[in-house]
Amino acid sequence: MVDVSEQTALIHARGLTKQFGDLVAVDGIDFDVPRGQAFGFLGPNGAGKSSTMRMIGCVSPPSGGALRILGLDPVRDGAEIRSRLGVVPQEDTLDFELTVRENVVIYGRYFGLSRRELQERADRLLEFVQLDERAGSKVEPLSGGMKRRLTIARSLVNDPEVLLLDEPTTGLDPQARHTVWDRLFRLKQRGVTLVLTTHYMDEAEQLCDRLVVMDKGRIAAEGSPLELIRQYSTREVVELRFRTEPPSDLATRIDGLARRIEALPDRMLLYTDDGDATADRVHELGLHPQSVLVRRSTLEDVFLRLTGRTLVD
Amino acid sequence: MTAVTYAFRSYEFWLAQYRRVWRGTIVTSVVNPVFYLGALGVGLGTLVNKSSAPPGGVSYAHFVAPGLLAAAAMQIGSNESSWPVLGSFKWTRTYLAQASTPLGPGTILAGHQLWVVSRLLTSGAIYMAVIAAFGGFHSWLGVFALPAAMLTGMAFSTPFAAYAASIESDSAFVAINRFLIVPMFLFSGTFFPVSRLPQGLELVAYATPLWHGVDLCRGLTLGTIGAGLAAVHVVYLLALGVAGLAAARITYSRRLRK
Repeated sequence: MVDVSEQTALIHARGLTKQFGDLVAVDGIDFDVPRGQAFGFLGPNGAGKSSTMRMIGCVSPPSGGALRILGLDPVRDGAEIRSRLGVVPQEDTLDFELTVRENVVIYGRYFGLSRRELQERADRLLEFVQLDERAGSKVEPLSGGMKRRLTIARSLVNDPEVLLLDEPTTGLDPQARHTVWDRLFRLKQRGVTLVLTTHYMDEAEQLCDRLVVMDKGRIAAEGSPLELIRQYSTREVVELRFRTEPPSDLATRIDGLARRIEALPDRMLLYTDDGDATADRVHELGLHPQSVLVRRSTLEDVFLRLTGRTLVD
Repeated sequence: MTAVTYAFRSYEFWLAQYRRVWRGTIVTSVVNPVFYLGALGVGLGTLVNKSSAPPGGVSYAHFVAPGLLAAAAMQIGSNESSWPVLGSFKWTRTYLAQASTPLGPGTILAGHQLWVVSRLLTSGAIYMAVIAAFGGFHSWLGVFALPAAMLTGMAFSTPFAAYAASIESDSAFVAINRFLIVPMFLFSGTFFPVSRLPQGLELVAYATPLWHGVDLCRGLTLGTIGAGLAAVHVVYLLALGVAGLAAARITYSRRLRK
Protein backbone atom coordinates (compact mmCIF):
# COMPACT_ATOMS: atom_id res chain seq x y z
CA MET A 1 0.00 0.00 0.00
CA VAL A 2 1.28 3.46 -0.86
CA ASP A 3 1.51 5.79 2.08
CA VAL A 4 -0.51 8.80 0.90
CA SER A 5 0.99 11.10 3.53
CA GLU A 6 4.42 10.61 2.02
CA GLN A 7 3.26 12.33 -1.15
CA THR A 8 1.05 15.05 0.28
CA ALA A 9 2.91 16.06 3.44
CA LEU A 10 5.57 18.78 3.20
CA ILE A 11 7.50 16.98 5.89
CA HIS A 12 7.13 13.27 6.40
CA ALA A 13 8.90 11.25 9.11
CA ARG A 14 8.70 7.59 10.05
CA GLY A 15 10.78 6.04 12.79
CA LEU A 16 13.02 9.12 12.71
CA THR A 17 15.98 8.65 15.05
CA LYS A 18 18.95 10.75 16.13
CA GLN A 19 21.75 9.36 18.24
CA PHE A 20 24.84 11.07 19.61
CA GLY A 21 27.08 8.22 20.75
CA ASP A 22 25.09 6.41 23.43
CA LEU A 23 22.58 9.20 23.82
CA VAL A 24 19.33 8.74 21.91
CA ALA A 25 18.05 12.28 21.39
CA VAL A 26 15.19 11.36 19.06
CA ASP A 27 13.81 7.86 19.46
CA GLY A 28 11.87 6.73 16.41
CA ILE A 29 9.20 9.38 15.89
CA ASP A 30 6.46 9.55 13.21
CA PHE A 31 4.80 12.76 12.04
CA ASP A 32 3.47 14.51 8.94
CA VAL A 33 3.31 18.25 8.40
CA PRO A 34 0.72 19.22 5.77
CA ARG A 35 1.14 22.36 3.66
CA GLY A 36 -0.13 25.60 5.15
CA GLN A 37 -0.32 24.36 8.73
CA ALA A 38 1.36 25.63 11.86
CA PHE A 39 2.84 22.50 13.39
CA GLY A 40 4.39 22.48 16.83
CA PHE A 41 6.72 20.32 18.88
CA LEU A 42 5.87 20.91 22.52
CA GLY A 43 8.08 19.56 25.25
CA PRO A 44 10.57 20.43 27.99
CA ASN A 45 14.26 21.13 27.36
CA GLY A 46 16.05 17.96 26.31
CA ALA A 47 12.94 16.33 24.83
CA GLY A 48 14.57 16.07 21.39
CA LYS A 49 12.77 19.02 19.78
CA SER A 50 15.88 20.87 18.63
CA SER A 51 17.50 17.70 17.30
CA THR A 52 14.35 17.05 15.28
CA MET A 53 14.41 20.61 13.96
CA ARG A 54 18.07 20.31 12.98
CA MET A 55 17.28 17.16 11.01
CA ILE A 56 14.40 18.91 9.25
CA GLY A 57 16.71 21.88 8.57
CA CYS A 58 19.14 19.48 6.84
CA VAL A 59 22.06 20.40 9.08
CA SER A 60 22.01 17.11 10.97
CA PRO A 61 21.77 13.77 9.17
CA PRO A 62 19.24 11.34 10.71
CA SER A 63 20.74 8.27 12.43
CA GLY A 64 17.82 6.14 11.32
CA GLY A 65 14.30 6.08 9.96
CA ALA A 66 12.77 7.85 6.99
CA LEU A 67 12.60 11.61 6.49
CA ARG A 68 11.31 13.43 3.39
CA ILE A 69 11.15 17.21 3.18
CA LEU A 70 9.32 18.83 0.23
CA GLY A 71 9.42 15.36 -1.29
CA LEU A 72 13.23 15.32 -1.19
CA ASP A 73 15.88 13.40 0.71
CA PRO A 74 17.62 15.63 3.31
CA VAL A 75 20.97 13.85 2.99
CA ARG A 76 21.18 13.78 -0.81
CA ASP A 77 19.28 17.01 -1.59
CA GLY A 78 20.22 19.04 1.50
CA ALA A 79 21.24 22.20 -0.37
CA GLU A 80 18.11 22.13 -2.55
CA ILE A 81 15.86 21.72 0.50
CA ARG A 82 17.67 24.40 2.49
CA SER A 83 17.20 26.85 -0.39
CA ARG A 84 13.43 26.50 0.14
CA LEU A 85 13.42 26.66 3.96
CA GLY A 86 13.57 29.58 6.36
CA VAL A 87 15.31 28.98 9.66
CA VAL A 88 14.95 30.92 12.90
CA PRO A 89 17.44 29.28 15.25
CA GLN A 90 17.08 29.16 19.01
CA GLU A 91 20.01 31.51 19.55
CA ASP A 92 20.36 34.48 17.22
CA THR A 93 23.12 34.17 14.63
CA LEU A 94 22.94 37.77 13.46
CA ASP A 95 26.08 39.61 12.34
CA PHE A 96 26.54 42.26 15.03
CA GLU A 97 29.12 44.23 13.06
CA LEU A 98 26.76 44.75 10.13
CA THR A 99 23.69 46.98 9.93
CA VAL A 100 20.14 45.67 10.18
CA ARG A 101 19.74 45.99 6.43
CA GLU A 102 23.10 44.42 5.58
CA ASN A 103 22.14 41.43 7.68
CA VAL A 104 19.19 40.75 5.41
CA VAL A 105 21.10 41.45 2.19
CA ILE A 106 24.21 39.39 2.97
CA TYR A 107 22.06 36.47 4.13
CA GLY A 108 20.01 36.71 0.94
CA ARG A 109 23.22 36.50 -1.09
CA TYR A 110 23.77 32.99 0.34
CA PHE A 111 20.61 31.97 -1.56
CA GLY A 112 22.00 33.20 -4.85
CA LEU A 113 19.77 36.29 -5.03
CA SER A 114 20.94 39.38 -6.90
CA ARG A 115 21.77 42.60 -5.06
CA ARG A 116 19.07 44.51 -6.92
CA GLU A 117 16.41 41.96 -5.98
CA LEU A 118 17.65 42.02 -2.38
CA GLN A 119 17.34 45.80 -2.04
CA GLU A 120 13.64 45.50 -2.75
CA ARG A 121 13.18 42.42 -0.50
CA ALA A 122 15.09 43.99 2.39
CA ASP A 123 12.80 47.05 2.31
CA ARG A 124 9.70 44.90 2.26
CA LEU A 125 10.85 42.49 4.99
CA LEU A 126 12.11 45.16 7.35
CA GLU A 127 8.78 46.91 7.03
CA PHE A 128 7.00 43.63 7.73
CA VAL A 129 8.88 43.14 11.01
CA GLN A 130 8.58 46.86 11.84
CA LEU A 131 12.31 47.53 11.68
CA ASP A 132 12.35 49.79 8.62
CA GLU A 133 13.26 52.79 10.77
CA ARG A 134 16.27 50.94 12.15
CA ALA A 135 17.52 49.70 8.77
CA GLY A 136 20.76 51.68 8.96
CA SER A 137 21.63 51.03 12.59
CA LYS A 138 23.92 48.34 13.90
CA VAL A 139 22.48 45.15 15.36
CA GLU A 140 24.24 45.21 18.71
CA PRO A 141 22.15 47.91 20.45
CA LEU A 142 18.80 46.43 19.35
CA SER A 143 16.53 44.94 22.01
CA GLY A 144 16.03 41.20 22.25
CA GLY A 145 12.63 41.44 20.59
CA MET A 146 14.01 43.49 17.70
CA LYS A 147 16.84 41.03 17.14
CA ARG A 148 14.31 38.20 17.02
CA ARG A 149 12.23 40.09 14.48
CA LEU A 150 15.33 40.76 12.40
CA THR A 151 16.15 37.04 12.51
CA ILE A 152 12.62 36.36 11.27
CA ALA A 153 12.98 38.95 8.46
CA ARG A 154 16.28 37.37 7.46
CA SER A 155 14.78 33.88 7.44
CA LEU A 156 12.10 35.05 5.00
CA VAL A 157 14.55 36.51 2.47
CA ASN A 158 14.35 33.47 0.16
CA ASP A 159 10.54 33.42 0.27
CA PRO A 160 10.54 30.02 2.01
CA GLU A 161 7.79 27.44 1.69
CA VAL A 162 8.43 26.26 5.23
CA LEU A 163 9.59 28.36 8.16
CA LEU A 164 11.34 26.49 10.98
CA LEU A 165 11.29 28.29 14.33
CA ASP A 166 13.20 26.83 17.27
CA GLU A 167 11.88 28.37 20.50
CA PRO A 168 10.94 31.61 18.72
CA THR A 169 10.09 33.67 21.81
CA THR A 170 12.27 32.18 24.54
CA GLY A 171 13.90 34.97 26.53
CA LEU A 172 11.57 37.73 25.30
CA ASP A 173 9.41 39.91 27.52
CA PRO A 174 5.61 39.47 27.19
CA GLN A 175 5.10 42.49 24.92
CA ALA A 176 7.89 41.42 22.55
CA ARG A 177 6.48 37.89 22.47
CA HIS A 178 3.09 39.17 21.38
CA THR A 179 4.65 41.22 18.58
CA VAL A 180 6.48 38.11 17.32
CA TRP A 181 3.31 36.00 17.56
CA ASP A 182 1.41 38.63 15.61
CA ARG A 183 3.98 38.53 12.77
CA LEU A 184 3.99 34.72 12.72
CA PHE A 185 0.22 34.67 12.62
CA ARG A 186 0.28 36.92 9.56
CA LEU A 187 2.72 34.59 7.84
CA LYS A 188 0.41 31.69 8.56
CA GLN A 189 -2.47 33.60 7.01
CA ARG A 190 -0.38 34.04 3.87
CA GLY A 191 -0.03 30.28 3.61
CA VAL A 192 3.53 29.83 4.89
CA THR A 193 3.91 26.47 6.64
CA LEU A 194 5.26 27.02 10.16
CA VAL A 195 7.09 24.37 12.12
CA LEU A 196 8.01 25.44 15.62
CA THR A 197 9.29 24.08 18.87
CA THR A 198 8.33 25.55 22.18
CA HIS A 199 8.17 24.77 25.83
CA TYR A 200 5.54 27.44 26.37
CA MET A 201 2.04 26.02 26.31
CA ASP A 202 0.50 29.43 25.60
CA GLU A 203 2.70 29.76 22.53
CA ALA A 204 1.63 26.33 21.32
CA GLU A 205 -2.04 27.19 21.92
CA GLN A 206 -1.76 30.57 20.20
CA LEU A 207 0.06 29.45 17.09
CA CYS A 208 -0.30 25.75 16.41
CA ASP A 209 -3.03 24.10 14.38
CA ARG A 210 -1.58 20.78 15.30
CA LEU A 211 1.13 19.69 17.65
CA VAL A 212 2.99 16.74 19.03
CA VAL A 213 3.93 16.49 22.68
CA MET A 214 7.51 15.25 22.97
CA ASP A 215 9.17 13.73 25.98
CA LYS A 216 12.51 11.92 26.21
CA GLY A 217 12.90 11.67 22.44
CA ARG A 218 9.47 10.18 21.85
CA ILE A 219 6.09 11.51 20.84
CA ALA A 220 3.68 11.16 23.74
CA ALA A 221 0.57 12.48 21.95
CA GLU A 222 -0.53 14.28 18.83
CA GLY A 223 -3.50 16.46 17.91
CA SER A 224 -4.86 20.01 17.84
CA PRO A 225 -4.50 21.89 21.13
CA LEU A 226 -8.23 21.46 21.80
CA GLU A 227 -8.27 17.77 20.94
CA LEU A 228 -5.33 17.12 23.23
CA ILE A 229 -6.96 18.94 26.11
CA ARG A 230 -10.23 17.12 25.54
CA GLN A 231 -8.53 13.76 25.32
CA TYR A 232 -6.01 14.02 28.12
CA SER A 233 -7.54 16.44 30.59
CA THR A 234 -10.86 17.57 32.01
CA ARG A 235 -12.59 20.78 31.12
CA GLU A 236 -11.59 22.57 34.30
CA VAL A 237 -9.00 22.43 37.02
CA VAL A 238 -9.14 23.49 40.66
CA GLU A 239 -5.77 24.54 42.08
CA LEU A 240 -5.36 24.43 45.83
CA ARG A 241 -2.46 26.10 47.62
CA PHE A 242 -1.80 25.67 51.31
CA ARG A 243 -0.06 28.20 53.53
CA THR A 244 1.54 25.51 55.66
CA GLU A 245 1.98 21.78 55.20
CA PRO A 246 -1.37 20.41 54.03
CA PRO A 247 -3.12 18.01 56.47
CA SER A 248 -1.53 14.57 56.26
CA ASP A 249 -4.84 12.89 55.50
CA LEU A 250 -5.60 15.38 52.70
CA ALA A 251 -5.23 12.85 49.93
CA THR A 252 -7.83 10.51 51.39
CA ARG A 253 -10.20 13.35 52.30
CA ILE A 254 -10.32 14.84 48.81
CA ASP A 255 -10.26 11.48 47.11
CA GLY A 256 -13.38 11.22 44.98
CA LEU A 257 -13.85 14.98 44.67
CA ALA A 258 -12.35 15.00 41.18
CA ARG A 259 -11.76 12.71 38.21
CA ARG A 260 -8.02 12.89 38.82
CA ILE A 261 -5.76 14.54 41.36
CA GLU A 262 -2.15 15.65 40.89
CA ALA A 263 0.00 16.64 43.84
CA LEU A 264 2.75 19.11 42.91
CA PRO A 265 5.31 20.42 45.43
CA ASP A 266 3.53 23.77 45.72
CA ARG A 267 -0.10 22.92 44.92
CA MET A 268 -2.81 20.32 44.43
CA LEU A 269 -4.55 20.03 41.05
CA LEU A 270 -8.08 18.65 40.98
CA TYR A 271 -9.24 17.70 37.47
CA THR A 272 -12.97 18.06 37.13
CA ASP A 273 -15.68 19.01 34.67
CA ASP A 274 -17.26 21.55 37.00
CA GLY A 275 -14.62 23.55 38.82
CA ASP A 276 -16.95 25.68 40.95
CA ALA A 277 -18.84 22.66 42.27
CA THR A 278 -15.59 20.92 43.17
CA ALA A 279 -14.28 24.06 44.89
CA ASP A 280 -17.48 24.25 46.96
CA ARG A 281 -17.07 20.66 48.09
CA VAL A 282 -13.48 21.40 49.17
CA HIS A 283 -14.85 24.11 51.47
CA GLU A 284 -17.61 21.81 52.73
CA LEU A 285 -14.95 19.34 53.85
CA GLY A 286 -13.60 22.02 56.17
CA LEU A 287 -10.29 22.35 54.38
CA HIS A 288 -8.87 25.85 54.38
CA PRO A 289 -6.35 26.28 51.58
CA GLN A 290 -4.58 29.64 51.23
CA SER A 291 -6.03 29.96 47.76
CA VAL A 292 -8.49 28.17 45.52
CA LEU A 293 -8.27 28.86 41.79
CA VAL A 294 -10.69 27.51 39.21
CA ARG A 295 -9.35 27.62 35.65
CA ARG A 296 -9.69 25.90 32.29
CA SER A 297 -7.42 23.04 31.37
CA THR A 298 -4.35 23.91 29.30
CA LEU A 299 -1.66 22.03 27.42
CA GLU A 300 0.37 22.20 30.62
CA ASP A 301 -2.16 19.82 32.16
CA VAL A 302 -1.96 17.57 29.13
CA PHE A 303 1.80 17.44 29.51
CA LEU A 304 1.56 16.74 33.23
CA ARG A 305 -0.88 13.91 32.57
CA LEU A 306 1.27 12.39 29.85
CA THR A 307 4.65 12.64 31.54
CA GLY A 308 4.03 13.25 35.22
CA ARG A 309 6.16 16.39 35.00
CA THR A 310 5.62 20.09 34.42
CA LEU A 311 6.86 21.75 31.24
CA VAL A 312 8.88 24.59 32.70
CA ASP A 313 10.86 23.67 35.79
CA MET B 1 24.69 28.20 -8.89
CA THR B 2 27.94 26.32 -8.72
CA ALA B 3 29.97 25.55 -5.60
CA VAL B 4 32.43 28.26 -6.63
CA THR B 5 29.68 30.89 -6.82
CA TYR B 6 28.42 29.85 -3.40
CA ALA B 7 31.95 30.10 -1.98
CA PHE B 8 32.13 33.69 -3.24
CA ARG B 9 28.78 34.42 -1.61
CA SER B 10 30.24 33.32 1.70
CA TYR B 11 33.35 35.41 0.92
CA GLU B 12 31.07 38.44 0.53
CA PHE B 13 30.20 38.21 4.20
CA TRP B 14 33.85 38.60 5.22
CA LEU B 15 34.26 41.46 2.79
CA ALA B 16 31.18 43.25 4.16
CA GLN B 17 32.44 42.82 7.69
CA TYR B 18 35.92 44.05 6.75
CA ARG B 19 34.47 47.26 5.35
CA ARG B 20 33.72 48.26 8.94
CA VAL B 21 37.25 47.75 10.26
CA TRP B 22 39.55 48.20 7.26
CA ARG B 23 40.99 51.54 8.37
CA GLY B 24 42.63 50.02 11.41
CA THR B 25 44.19 47.12 9.52
CA ILE B 26 45.43 49.30 6.66
CA VAL B 27 47.35 51.47 9.11
CA THR B 28 48.98 48.37 10.63
CA SER B 29 49.69 46.96 7.18
CA VAL B 30 51.59 50.11 6.18
CA VAL B 31 53.11 51.10 9.51
CA ASN B 32 54.46 47.64 10.38
CA PRO B 33 56.62 47.17 7.26
CA VAL B 34 57.97 50.73 7.48
CA PHE B 35 58.79 50.44 11.19
CA TYR B 36 60.30 46.95 10.98
CA LEU B 37 62.40 47.72 7.94
CA GLY B 38 63.43 51.07 9.34
CA ALA B 39 64.42 49.76 12.75
CA LEU B 40 65.96 46.43 11.71
CA GLY B 41 67.09 47.04 8.17
CA VAL B 42 68.46 50.51 8.56
CA GLY B 43 69.02 50.89 12.32
CA LEU B 44 70.33 47.46 13.30
CA GLY B 45 71.63 46.98 9.77
CA THR B 46 74.30 49.66 10.16
CA LEU B 47 75.84 47.59 12.98
CA VAL B 48 75.46 44.27 11.14
CA ASN B 49 76.91 45.55 7.89
CA LYS B 50 80.03 46.84 9.73
CA SER B 51 80.86 43.61 11.55
CA SER B 52 79.80 40.63 9.43
CA ALA B 53 77.78 41.36 6.32
CA PRO B 54 75.01 38.89 5.31
CA PRO B 55 75.84 36.19 2.73
CA GLY B 56 76.06 37.34 -0.87
CA GLY B 57 77.26 40.77 0.09
CA VAL B 58 73.78 42.34 0.23
CA SER B 59 72.90 44.97 2.81
CA TYR B 60 71.14 43.77 5.95
CA ALA B 61 68.02 45.75 5.01
CA HIS B 62 67.73 43.87 1.75
CA PHE B 63 68.44 40.58 3.51
CA VAL B 64 65.84 41.01 6.24
CA ALA B 65 63.05 42.56 4.09
CA PRO B 66 61.86 39.37 2.30
CA GLY B 67 62.14 37.51 5.62
CA LEU B 68 59.77 40.01 7.21
CA LEU B 69 57.43 39.69 4.23
CA ALA B 70 57.17 35.93 4.75
CA ALA B 71 56.91 36.23 8.53
CA ALA B 72 54.09 38.78 8.23
CA ALA B 73 52.25 36.37 5.91
CA MET B 74 52.64 33.63 8.53
CA GLN B 75 51.14 35.90 11.17
CA ILE B 76 48.19 36.94 9.02
CA GLY B 77 47.52 33.36 7.91
CA SER B 78 47.57 31.97 11.43
CA ASN B 79 45.62 34.85 13.00
CA GLU B 80 42.87 35.00 10.40
CA SER B 81 42.20 31.27 10.75
CA SER B 82 42.33 30.91 14.51
CA TRP B 83 40.01 33.22 16.48
CA PRO B 84 37.79 34.14 13.53
CA VAL B 85 37.21 30.45 12.73
CA LEU B 86 36.46 29.35 16.28
CA GLY B 87 34.37 32.49 16.77
CA SER B 88 32.29 31.76 13.70
CA PHE B 89 31.30 28.45 15.29
CA LYS B 90 30.93 29.60 18.87
CA TRP B 91 30.58 33.34 19.39
CA THR B 92 29.27 35.14 16.33
CA ARG B 93 27.89 31.80 15.00
CA THR B 94 28.25 33.10 11.45
CA TYR B 95 29.00 29.61 10.17
CA LEU B 96 25.83 28.24 11.78
CA ALA B 97 23.76 30.89 10.01
CA GLN B 98 25.48 30.09 6.72
CA ALA B 99 25.05 26.34 7.22
CA SER B 100 21.27 26.66 7.33
CA THR B 101 21.31 28.17 3.81
CA PRO B 102 22.32 26.34 0.61
CA LEU B 103 25.96 26.85 1.63
CA GLY B 104 27.62 23.64 2.78
CA PRO B 105 30.68 23.07 5.02
CA GLY B 106 32.96 23.03 1.96
CA THR B 107 31.75 26.34 0.53
CA ILE B 108 31.73 27.97 3.96
CA LEU B 109 35.37 26.93 4.44
CA ALA B 110 36.31 27.99 0.91
CA GLY B 111 34.68 31.41 1.35
CA HIS B 112 36.62 32.07 4.53
CA GLN B 113 39.93 30.88 3.06
CA LEU B 114 39.36 33.04 -0.03
CA TRP B 115 39.06 35.92 2.36
CA VAL B 116 42.43 35.02 3.94
CA VAL B 117 43.93 34.91 0.44
CA SER B 118 42.74 38.44 -0.25
CA ARG B 119 44.03 39.69 3.12
CA LEU B 120 47.42 38.17 2.25
CA LEU B 121 47.28 39.76 -1.18
CA THR B 122 46.60 43.30 0.05
CA SER B 123 49.00 43.33 3.00
CA GLY B 124 51.65 41.51 0.94
CA ALA B 125 51.31 44.09 -1.83
CA ILE B 126 51.86 46.89 0.70
CA TYR B 127 54.97 45.09 1.99
CA MET B 128 56.23 44.72 -1.58
CA ALA B 129 55.80 48.45 -2.16
CA VAL B 130 57.78 49.26 0.99
CA ILE B 131 60.54 46.81 -0.01
CA ALA B 132 60.70 48.49 -3.42
CA ALA B 133 60.99 51.88 -1.73
CA PHE B 134 63.98 50.50 0.22
CA GLY B 135 65.46 49.30 -3.07
CA GLY B 136 65.20 45.69 -1.96
CA PHE B 137 64.54 44.05 -5.33
CA HIS B 138 67.72 42.78 -6.99
CA SER B 139 65.97 40.83 -9.73
CA TRP B 140 62.78 40.81 -11.73
CA LEU B 141 62.09 37.45 -10.06
CA GLY B 142 61.19 39.59 -7.06
CA VAL B 143 57.61 40.03 -8.31
CA PHE B 144 57.07 36.35 -7.47
CA ALA B 145 57.83 37.08 -3.83
CA LEU B 146 54.20 38.21 -3.47
CA PRO B 147 52.60 34.89 -4.49
CA ALA B 148 55.36 33.13 -2.53
CA ALA B 149 54.44 35.06 0.60
CA MET B 150 50.74 34.35 0.02
CA LEU B 151 51.51 30.65 -0.32
CA THR B 152 53.45 30.83 2.95
CA GLY B 153 50.46 32.45 4.64
CA MET B 154 48.06 29.80 3.32
CA ALA B 155 50.37 27.01 4.49
CA PHE B 156 49.63 28.31 7.99
CA SER B 157 46.03 29.36 7.43
CA THR B 158 44.44 26.07 6.36
CA PRO B 159 45.99 23.86 9.09
CA PHE B 160 44.99 26.50 11.65
CA ALA B 161 41.42 26.50 10.30
CA ALA B 162 41.32 22.70 10.51
CA TYR B 163 42.47 22.82 14.12
CA ALA B 164 40.29 25.78 15.15
CA ALA B 165 37.21 23.95 13.81
CA SER B 166 37.94 21.01 16.11
CA ILE B 167 38.30 22.77 19.48
CA GLU B 168 35.97 24.35 22.03
CA SER B 169 38.21 26.87 23.78
CA ASP B 170 40.62 29.47 22.46
CA SER B 171 43.20 28.89 25.21
CA ALA B 172 45.38 26.75 22.92
CA PHE B 173 45.87 29.63 20.47
CA VAL B 174 47.97 31.56 22.97
CA ALA B 175 50.17 28.52 23.60
CA ILE B 176 50.55 27.84 19.88
CA ASN B 177 51.52 31.43 19.31
CA ARG B 178 54.04 31.37 22.13
CA PHE B 179 55.63 27.99 21.43
CA LEU B 180 55.37 27.70 17.64
CA ILE B 181 54.76 31.01 15.90
CA VAL B 182 57.08 33.26 17.90
CA PRO B 183 60.04 30.79 17.90
CA MET B 184 59.59 30.33 14.15
CA PHE B 185 59.49 34.10 13.70
CA LEU B 186 62.79 34.43 15.59
CA PHE B 187 64.74 31.34 14.47
CA SER B 188 63.57 30.37 10.96
CA GLY B 189 65.87 32.61 9.00
CA THR B 190 63.92 35.85 9.07
CA PHE B 191 66.65 37.81 10.86
CA PHE B 192 69.81 35.73 10.29
CA PRO B 193 70.78 32.69 8.19
CA VAL B 194 69.81 29.47 9.98
CA SER B 195 73.36 28.22 9.29
CA ARG B 196 74.39 30.37 12.28
CA LEU B 197 72.30 28.14 14.56
CA PRO B 198 73.84 25.14 16.39
CA GLN B 199 73.76 22.04 14.16
CA GLY B 200 70.72 20.35 15.75
CA LEU B 201 68.62 23.49 15.78
CA GLU B 202 69.63 24.26 12.23
CA LEU B 203 68.06 20.99 11.08
CA VAL B 204 64.89 21.81 13.04
CA ALA B 205 64.77 25.22 11.36
CA TYR B 206 64.96 23.64 7.90
CA ALA B 207 61.88 21.60 8.73
CA THR B 208 59.71 24.62 9.63
CA PRO B 209 57.31 25.99 7.02
CA LEU B 210 58.41 29.53 7.76
CA TRP B 211 62.02 28.76 6.75
CA HIS B 212 60.78 27.50 3.37
CA GLY B 213 58.71 30.64 2.96
CA VAL B 214 61.53 32.97 4.00
CA ASP B 215 64.14 31.25 1.85
CA LEU B 216 61.81 31.29 -1.15
CA CYS B 217 60.91 34.98 -0.79
CA ARG B 218 64.53 35.95 -0.18
CA GLY B 219 65.84 33.94 -3.12
CA LEU B 220 63.30 35.69 -5.33
CA THR B 221 63.88 39.30 -4.22
CA LEU B 222 67.67 38.83 -4.34
CA GLY B 223 67.48 36.80 -7.55
CA THR B 224 69.69 34.05 -6.12
CA ILE B 225 67.33 31.06 -6.07
CA GLY B 226 67.72 28.02 -8.32
CA ALA B 227 64.73 26.31 -9.91
CA GLY B 228 65.28 23.08 -7.95
CA LEU B 229 65.32 24.69 -4.51
CA ALA B 230 62.39 26.93 -5.45
CA ALA B 231 60.41 23.84 -6.43
CA VAL B 232 61.21 22.16 -3.10
CA HIS B 233 59.93 25.20 -1.21
CA VAL B 234 56.78 25.50 -3.31
CA VAL B 235 55.96 21.80 -3.05
CA TYR B 236 56.51 21.80 0.71
CA LEU B 237 54.28 24.84 1.29
CA LEU B 238 51.66 23.67 -1.19
CA ALA B 239 51.51 20.23 0.44
CA LEU B 240 50.98 21.79 3.84
CA GLY B 241 48.29 24.11 2.53
CA VAL B 242 46.43 21.34 0.70
CA ALA B 243 46.70 18.91 3.62
CA GLY B 244 45.34 21.65 5.90
CA LEU B 245 42.46 22.28 3.52
CA ALA B 246 41.58 18.57 3.36
CA ALA B 247 41.70 18.31 7.15
CA ALA B 248 39.61 21.47 7.54
CA ARG B 249 37.03 20.08 5.13
CA ILE B 250 36.62 17.17 7.54
CA THR B 251 36.59 19.16 10.78
CA TYR B 252 34.13 21.71 9.32
CA SER B 253 31.78 18.95 8.18
CA ARG B 254 31.94 17.22 11.56
CA ARG B 255 31.06 20.40 13.35
CA LEU B 256 28.40 21.77 10.99
CA ARG B 257 26.65 18.50 10.19
CA LYS B 258 26.46 16.84 13.61
